[in-house]
Amino acid sequence: MTESADIEGGVWFSPFYAHRSKGTLKGEDRVLKKKPSVYFYMIIPALVLFFSFHTLPVLQGIFYSFTNFKGYGNWDFIGFQNYINIFQDDRAYNAYFFTFKFAIVSTVLVNVISLIIALGLNAKIKFKKTLRGIYFMPNILSILIVGFIFNYIFAVFIPDIAENIGLTALTTSILGSRDYAWVAIVIVAVWQAAAFNTILYLAGLATVPHDLYEASSLDGASTWQNFWHVTFPLIAPFFTINMVLAMKNFLMVFDHIVALTGGGPGRSTQSISLLIYEDGFAGGQFALQSANAVIYFVIIVTISIFQIRILQKREVQL
Amino acid sequence: MKEKRYNWPVTTLLIIGTILILFPIYITVVNAFKTPAETAQSILSLPGTFTFANFLQAIEMTNFFNAFGNSLYVTVFTVIFTVLSNSLVAYAIARNMHKKTYRVLFYYFVSAMFVPFPIIMLPIVNQMSSIGLMNLNGLVLLYIVYGLAFNVFLYTGFIKAIPKELEEAAIVDGCSRWGVFWRIIFPLLSPINATVGILTALWAWNDFLLPLVILSDKSDHTLPLVQYVFQGQFATNYNLAFASYLMALLPMIILYLFLQRWIISGVTQGAIKS
Repeated sequence: MTESADIEGGVWFSPFYAHRSKGTLKGEDRVLKKKPSVYFYMIIPALVLFFSFHTLPVLQGIFYSFTNFKGYGNWDFIGFQNYINIFQDDRAYNAYFFTFKFAIVSTVLVNVISLIIALGLNAKIKFKKTLRGIYFMPNILSILIVGFIFNYIFAVFIPDIAENIGLTALTTSILGSRDYAWVAIVIVAVWQAAAFNTILYLAGLATVPHDLYEASSLDGASTWQNFWHVTFPLIAPFFTINMVLAMKNFLMVFDHIVALTGGGPGRSTQSISLLIYEDGFAGGQFALQSANAVIYFVIIVTISIFQIRILQKREVQL
Repeated sequence: MKEKRYNWPVTTLLIIGTILILFPIYITVVNAFKTPAETAQSILSLPGTFTFANFLQAIEMTNFFNAFGNSLYVTVFTVIFTVLSNSLVAYAIARNMHKKTYRVLFYYFVSAMFVPFPIIMLPIVNQMSSIGLMNLNGLVLLYIVYGLAFNVFLYTGFIKAIPKELEEAAIVDGCSRWGVFWRIIFPLLSPINATVGILTALWAWNDFLLPLVILSDKSDHTLPLVQYVFQGQFATNYNLAFASYLMALLPMIILYLFLQRWIISGVTQGAIKS
């Protein structure tokens, strides 16, 4: 693109520097002779802050992952030792295994449930607005506090009911079970996340033209066929967005776990974020957990790129 | 079309489904008004007499109004400065996307969406403490800065669709570029400002992890953080806990009752654009 294409109101804007032209300039533009362009001033404070408080910490994190820094005091470079240690660390394996198990199960459940609710809300129903409002409500509530309320339901309410009706299998709290505590976390996560995904599916369903339904029902297509062959392909992009967003959020799971199990029993429900937080701050493993965070970062980027590829492929198909 | 036949089976199923959504809230409300003895008798029953003793005790114990004030302070200032600053940055980028420098800047900001917070978490705490920003203002600053990634993305998409002719006419009339932004562009951004404002408010109000690592002083604690800190003491008195949870959730629920339509459409717009 040539410079002349950049003329805006008589001022020439090269990337950052504006030159005064011979036009009749008034106001601030007159002062801009040989000075950075006004756009530059609009961006520079944000750029400096963003670099200092986002990029710099990321770089520091990567830097410290090659040291034995404890969060304070002296440190030395130790090369890839932290990375080697992470790969031999049972706690890290445990956290990755739990986080992926949780994220995959929750993502699938959330998407199935939200799609069903959205189809219901999209039908010709009474109290449409009220029902939509209720189903969306969990999205606006603090996950931590919701988690505390569910904590009480799992730890006190359900065992209490189970005892009254003689259901011995449920008389002990699920949160105290090494094998099943993660299920409780999935339940809370799905309870909350379904709200957001439902609304997105509803937006997707709103784009499906109504005559398409009618055409296919005249053909005598069953409801299921109707959904599978007409509706679903049309909302497929929303399905992908929902899968990507849900997966990304669930891989970061933190609040739910703090409120429900604190990572226990043992470390059976310790997520990657929680491990980095607990051992990185209190455990004196600043450097080791920095290495862990770098690995986590690489994994999230890889998954995101992979999912975006799929997303773009689908967009081409449509 | 005059088809007013409602699908009652689906309506009924959906109404039954709301029990799952409302149940935790029902449990919270009824038990917040009960005494421990009443709760021991039946968790589900309505309170015999509505007692506000739990609320008064929770207010005193958690210093509720202080935490509420902190949450409000953080949320209000985060929203105001996010909307004002992030839209300006996005404007400068959107109007220069044909230049390489600005395109690079765009991808620089937006790619931060993929960076998980834990990698920032450990270094940022050291950094914030070394410059004395382990407080509410530091928290506001971080929200504004971290919001850039997603908001620049949202705003540029919107601004690109605004025709440039409007601005050029104003420039010819002697309006500065700043004037153009504040007087012409910013008012046109209202729908997307609302979306960004709502998403930012929900985030700042409900966030737990960032306040947990940044706020060192107890008097700075926000509502979610206070519930966490007092969880140990609540364990022995559930009614007190529920009163405290209810008070912490209530401001957002009340806001939601009034602004439901806006909040739902704001969140939807934000998600669709991504």
